[in-house]
Amino acid sequence: MKPRSRLALHVPAPSSRPGDKPDFSGLDIPEAGEIRRPPCDTAEAEMRDLPYALIRVLDDEGAPQGDWAPRLSPDVLRGGLRAMLLTRAFDERLFRIQRQGKTSFYMKSTGEEAIAVAASMALGAKDMCFPTYRFVGWLMARSHPLLPLVNQIFSNEKDPLKGRQLPILYSAREYGFYSLSGNVGSRFGHAVGWAMASAYKGDDKIAMGVIGEGTTAEGDFHEALTFASVYRAPVILAITNNQWAISSFSGIAGAEATTFAAKALAYGIPGLRVDGNDFLAVWAAIRWAAERARLNLGATLIEFFTYRAEGHSTSDDPAKYRPSEEAGAWPLGDPVERLKQHLIAQNEWDEARHEALIAELTEEVRAAVKEGERAGVLGQSKPSVKEMFENVFEEPDWRLIEQRREMGS
Amino acid sequence: MPELSMIKALNDALDVMLARDPDVLIFGEDVGYFGGVFRVTDKLQEKHGATRCFDSPISEGGIVATAIGMSAYGLRPVVEIQFADYILPAYDQIVSEASRLRYRSNGEFIAPLTVRSPYGGGIYGGQTHSQSPEAIFAHVTGVKTVIPSTPYDAKGLLIAAIECNDPVIFLEPKRLYNGPFDGHHDRPTTSWAGHPAADVPEGHYAVPLGKASVAREGSEVTVLAYGTMVHVSAAAIEESGIDAELIDLRSIVPLDIDAITASVRKTGRCVVVHEASRYAGFGGELAALVQERCFYHLESPVERVAGWDTPYPHAFEWDYFPGPARVSAALKRCLETPA
Ligand SMILES: Cc1ncc(C[n+]2csc(CCOP(=O)(O)OP(=O)(O)O)c2C)c(N)n1
Repeated sequence: MKPRSRLALHVPAPSSRPGDKPDFSGLDIPEAGEIRRPPCDTAEAEMRDLPYALIRVLDDEGAPQGDWAPRLSPDVLRGGLRAMLLTRAFDERLFRIQRQGKTSFYMKSTGEEAIAVAASMALGAKDMCFPTYRFVGWLMARSHPLLPLVNQIFSNEKDPLKGRQLPILYSAREYGFYSLSGNVGSRFGHAVGWAMASAYKGDDKIAMGVIGEGTTAEGDFHEALTFASVYRAPVILAITNNQWAISSFSGIAGAEATTFAAKALAYGIPGLRVDGNDFLAVWAAIRWAAERARLNLGATLIEFFTYRAEGHSTSDDPAKYRPSEEAGAWPLGDPVERLKQHLIAQNEWDEARHEALIAELTEEVRAAVKEGERAGVLGQSKPSVKEMFENVFEEPDWRLIEQRREMGS
Repeated sequence: MPELSMIKALNDALDVMLARDPDVLIFGEDVGYFGGVFRVTDKLQEKHGATRCFDSPISEGGIVATAIGMSAYGLRPVVEIQFADYILPAYDQIVSEASRLRYRSNGEFIAPLTVRSPYGGGIYGGQTHSQSPEAIFAHVTGVKTVIPSTPYDAKGLLIAAIECNDPVIFLEPKRLYNGPFDGHHDRPTTSWAGHPAADVPEGHYAVPLGKASVAREGSEVTVLAYGTMVHVSAAAIEESGIDAELIDLRSIVPLDIDAITASVRKTGRCVVVHEASRYAGFGGELAALVQERCFYHLESPVERVAGWDTPYPHAFEWDYFPGPARVSAALKRCLETPA
């Protein structure tokens, strides 16, 4: 034993800050296809290597490798590419709309589109996703019309959520998209409860909960895992590890000590760690976990390893806390570019079609935004003030009735 | 004296306390390198080091729990909850632990921590960046709740909170961070520059907890307010031409009951104003106290002006927010009641 030394408080710090060179040398990235794919009914105890691995399908040339490679038709892949590009075009336009003062707030999912889009496509129409605010790709993949989203962002008189909620905190039950809230993490347990209800009813629906890596620190995360484990809930619990939680690097959420997927180990549920910028790998992992859940074998925790390529929201400047070249240095590339490369390598896509698709989607978004603007932007148009008092309860009580009268509505 | 915004004044208070007392330390979500999403802890890590001001995991319950453990050891942690709307995961720690540690251990363990949190509306923050949760803390005994309305008070009250041997919830009206706001959202915003209460002395000073200030002397009616509503009420008084006495409570626990009763006994009328929703809001307690202690001086019923009993709605920011028109109307109703 070493002589006793004085204690010192450890405070984690990232590998680089503004002014430093981006440094991802600490990442251990296996080759595509290297990680084994056990059958989805394998006992958890036989898969304890997977939370420390990184499941990747697409190699540097865009070729699918290994057992995890799903066999997806070119049409499905092009559908995925379209939904990712639409997500990106939408994000870009609506971010600028906020900058123009036409709404209060916006958040992009740039660099993370593959996760929401592939999950949405890999799961069934009746399954329910309990998303984060970076999951609009789920709706894009299910062809949710753009105009209601734009109207929600403007909080205008056509807003389907009646102006009650912050921009982008959508609710779209018909599309398997649970109501979002501003507080992080608090719906992770709802996904488990939903899944338990499906099991209780003897249905075949499953649920998917999503949480950011930063938010795994909340009690909600650990509580959800406990319930999922105890009741073998048919749920996929996904962590989007985009390396940053506003200005805090993943080490502040515990990444110096272990992986996020490895949190599954203590709960005795399988944990997968997946390249989140690889559309095929995301698809394959979701399908594996979904199949396991539908076999009544319970929950899977999946860490999607990705990178938040832009700021946290319209409220921060990422150059204040990380090197601005960091996004470009991310070793797992861009999910859109990688799927595009794959399709081109298969002779199922080309640059000209890609450019044409981007132009078409940009125009689609532009048209929806224009139409939303015609209804009115934030502050110009809003639902009737009486909507403020609706849906507090099923029936308003005397307070709300009096207050509504006092407001003159 | 330097002229500071409320953000700078709070930053200065933290800077002063870090320099003065090695047992003071700061942590919370994004408060370290980045300096907080509202910049209240800007440069404090750079200046005082990573173990004095650091980022925490996103776990409000964990933040307050560890702060209680540190304070039981003898430190004076000052933690930030990024928005008061997100304090609820820490509520059990505040209610069941921080507020009762002294009582249940007969003073063997105490929890001298400060929980800072931006609160209140007026920024189009929607349901989860706008709420005013002061009443749920006031309802719990053993924890103090402080709300400044000016840069001068913000610094002095924060220093007093950090030096206090009891746990303090320190709610910062975020709409006042960069300038006074009188509720006229359609007028240009003003900064703190030139405001008398933006003259903030350098170094250490404390504004005692539990001492209200008379923001305006008057004879016809007493207005009780705190935080942003002090400025909104001042505008309403000005615009209605009513000679009201405006009391800035500064802390709701401890409450300056003497200042309240002295004023209401003088004016005979009282209007209570807060942003938080009305039902079971802190205004209910104020109205009850005034009624209990000043009943025979009252010439009209105590009026309450508050947010509606709905969640805070994004599109209806200015319908929900109790602006100067609603305060003026209450002042007039109060005076119209025949003596
Ligand atoms: C309960 C709660 N605490 C704090 C916040 C403030 N906040 C909003 S997003 C965020 C960071 C979340 O990071 P992460 O979970 O990694 O997700 P990401 O934004 O990176 O996708 C924080 C701290 C919040 N919204 N809710």
